[in-house]
Amino acid sequence: MGSLAGAALLVGHPATAAAHLVTTGMGPVYDGAGHLFLTPEDLVPVLAIALFAGLRGPAAGRRAMFLLPPAWLMGGLIGSVLRVGAPASTPALSFLVLGGLVASDLRAPVAWVSGLAVIVGLVHGFGNGAVLRDGAGTLGLIGIVAMSYVVVTLVAASVVSLRVPWMRIAVRVAGSWIAAVGLLMFGWALR
Amino acid sequence: MIRRASRRSAVLPFGAALLLASLPIPTSAHVERGPATGFLTGLEHPWSGLDHVLAMIAVGLWGAQLGNPAIWILPVTFPMVMAMGAMMGLLGISLPGVELGIATSAILLGAMVAGEVRPRLAVAAVLVGFFAIFHGHAHGTELPPGQNGMLYSMGFVIATGCLHAVGIAIGLLHRWPAGRLVMRGTGAVIALMGVRFLWRALT
Repeated sequence: MGSLAGAALLVGHPATAAAHLVTTGMGPVYDGAGHLFLTPEDLVPVLAIALFAGLRGPAAGRRAMFLLPPAWLMGGLIGSVLRVGAPASTPALSFLVLGGLVASDLRAPVAWVSGLAVIVGLVHGFGNGAVLRDGAGTLGLIGIVAMSYVVVTLVAASVVSLRVPWMRIAVRVAGSWIAAVGLLMFGWALR
Repeated sequence: MIRRASRRSAVLPFGAALLLASLPIPTSAHVERGPATGFLTGLEHPWSGLDHVLAMIAVGLWGAQLGNPAIWILPVTFPMVMAMGAMMGLLGISLPGVELGIATSAILLGAMVAGEVRPRLAVAAVLVGFFAIFHGHAHGTELPPGQNGMLYSMGFVIATGCLHAVGIAIGLLHRWPAGRLVMRGTGAVIALMGVRFLWRALT
């Protein structure tokens, strides 16, 4: 019980903001845009929520498209003020939960998808905020938010448009891979 | 005359399987050296042990034989349970008889394909999941401390999924009578190789 509590404390402890943005040489907005594509910890949860929203239909896809980016912006602004990183276990938890939802193709109501999109945006944006304050600033955050909008829109729309049953199965298999990676990340974190 | 010809066509793949299984192979299973440096290392790792490769392909083959929904449930079950086994290995939780479990997985999964056995879906999923723990634990134990555990894990899981896809792709042969024989012969090869792995683990 004690060791479990210790492990929970370890993974739930807020991380110090020590990471830095990749420099594209094209300014802070592009640095932010590049950050999303070069950071699997952020990119994969965005892909996963887009896949899940796409599986749940056009209404859920639209909600995720319009809710995740502003939530990310909000989380980023809060994080840049507080200057505390998200807990180290955030990516692992996002991978596990979102991957599991995609793999199970859970028949969740649209409100659930909306809530999840807001939570993912707030938590991951919060993690970005502290990093961006010392680098690309709010413009970098805008770059990330813009790219998250593009990714969610394209991926969710692609999944919604799938008509062949095995393509939806392929999406669910991808979800199981994301969840499996999340489990392994917990193992690495607790090692 | 026709019966003799069909008997000959049934015997041929199994004869080829026996021949292939008796060929000498280097012992390459499950001791990976070097740092876990990232995605490519993770991608490479599952291909480094023939026992793991054959068991993964057997899962895909068996899923293809069983048809929908097993064709996707088994490959979805395996990586998730395998990740749990790997997590156990990473946390240092011991699991007795890992190598025996891996060798037995090749024997049983190969035999299922060779015999075209059709149990209930839950039984097939539990069987595959049970052996996935052994495969995951072996890999989790041997993963050295790396620079990026997440990228390594992504490569590792994707490579395992691709091995299942190889099995499912071979399983497309199941549409044709001759293809079914080839699949059953492949299952027999995997089972025989499993016997070799078991022998090696015991001696």
